[in-house]
Amino acid sequence: MEKILMKGNEAIAEAAITAGCRYFFGYPITPQTEVAAYMAKRLPKIGGTYLQAESEIAAINMVIGAAAAGVRVMTSSSSPGISLKSEGISYLSGCDLPAVIVNIQRGGPGLGGIQPSQSDYFQATRGSGHGDYHLIVLAPNNIQEIVNLTRKAFDLADKYRVGVMILGDGVLGQMMEPVIMDECPKTELPPKDWALTGAKGARGKNIVNSLYLDPEELQRRNFERFDKYAEIAKTETLFEKYKTDDADIVLVAYGAPSRICKNAINTARAKGIKVGLFRPITLYPFPKQELAELALSTRVFISVEMSMGQMVDDVRLATECRRPVSVCARTGGVIHTPENILDAIEKEAANFRGVI
Amino acid sequence: MAESNILLAGFGGQGILFAGKFIVYTGLIADKHVSWLPSYGPEMRGGTANCSVIVSDAEIGSPIVTNPDILIVMNRPSLDRYEKDCKSNGFAFVNSTLIDKKVERRDVRPRYIPATELADEHGIPKLANMVMVGYVIKQTGICTQKDIFAAMKKTVPERKTELFDGNMRAVQIGYSYE
Repeated sequence: MEKILMKGNEAIAEAAITAGCRYFFGYPITPQTEVAAYMAKRLPKIGGTYLQAESEIAAINMVIGAAAAGVRVMTSSSSPGISLKSEGISYLSGCDLPAVIVNIQRGGPGLGGIQPSQSDYFQATRGSGHGDYHLIVLAPNNIQEIVNLTRKAFDLADKYRVGVMILGDGVLGQMMEPVIMDECPKTELPPKDWALTGAKGARGKNIVNSLYLDPEELQRRNFERFDKYAEIAKTETLFEKYKTDDADIVLVAYGAPSRICKNAINTARAKGIKVGLFRPITLYPFPKQELAELALSTRVFISVEMSMGQMVDDVRLATECRRPVSVCARTGGVIHTPENILDAIEKEAANFRGVI
Repeated sequence: MAESNILLAGFGGQGILFAGKFIVYTGLIADKHVSWLPSYGPEMRGGTANCSVIVSDAEIGSPIVTNPDILIVMNRPSLDRYEKDCKSNGFAFVNSTLIDKKVERRDVRPRYIPATELADEHGIPKLANMVMVGYVIKQTGICTQKDIFAAMKKTVPERKTELFDGNMRAVQIGYSYE
């Protein structure tokens, strides 16, 4: 099949359409507006609905409505917009509804800036709104993977009745790369017999609700939801390893910085420093087991992130602090150069070179 | 492994992003790995625009070009800003109509073309960007002459024949500039 060039944002939108998403509710914000623009152009032509809401809060509540009706639905925003959506994301999760939420991150806090960032890691992996819940968080690092993971996001959402977040950054949203937009593979999924489609007297009523005044009942629901997360962690965790087999230093990075790490790794290896990359593709569930195994063979971890050390906490938890973990951070929309990362690698290498 | 790291820069409206897109398509047609990353935000809204393009035989890591092998500058502020970043022995392509100074560095290969003037003379004033691209192709061999047509067909929608012909002409003018 022919390779075509697409921007990350457009690839998300087209992949969603091929996965059967016909409903999109959003509000424009840089650097993800092309997702909405693409949906606005395409959805009305294929019998779908695109609606630009009056605000992010309205948009996420429309998503709840569509998801409750059993259709595939997506919304998209960037950092400040996701904060606004977070109330609705909590309600969506409390109702156990499937939906796909895209966050193409920009620098924060507050309105911050519009350049690429990863400083919503905590927000994304800890659920974002109030209450006991998580989203599955997928972090692609190239445009083909954006396509594959966006499609997967819809399947995961429907399979487990959870919200799934695509966590990208301004680099991935704006860059173009060749992609193959082949036919979306069909997955066998449970029927949506819980959806509000109209009983017509044929069955008892379905109720979608997040209010439980009986604490025992709410606790039971939360326990059940977390059983589901345990199952997801067991079966859906994704990661990539690059040159980690003999590595003394393992970089941990996701999204755009994980690409820049590969440049730095190749330069460092040419200088005789054994360094590799561990890339979580699912940020929730975080690939704990695999990192813990790496901690047995490597000396040091460096968390390379466009945030002030957020993912580093998960690296420390996963490895139970058996090895030193440092952070190579850029923030506010500043992107690492390969040299920044190489400096961090060489600094660590100098630390243990004396003791070999 | 062959890899071209290209940085294009100029005013918003000079067709910097479009020129980058065309170069990316030449790479795609030659079955290479390619990436394209634009500047976005307030910069492109009337200020400076720049665009990172990588064409490579191998998988591309960072899509951000910080040290270009091929620097293409369409206006003076862009030369001032990016000359220092050009790789040693790299090319620096300068639109000499709008840039009245020479490249200062001695370790790069400067190439001058009055792209804006040539485009104006030929009655295609908005296509200085593609005149420049034609010259870059001739000087660096980043793509073969026969791939130009195929890449243009991908970059310009076929229904817009007038645009297509104009762009092709612009590339040819740059390609044949001595």
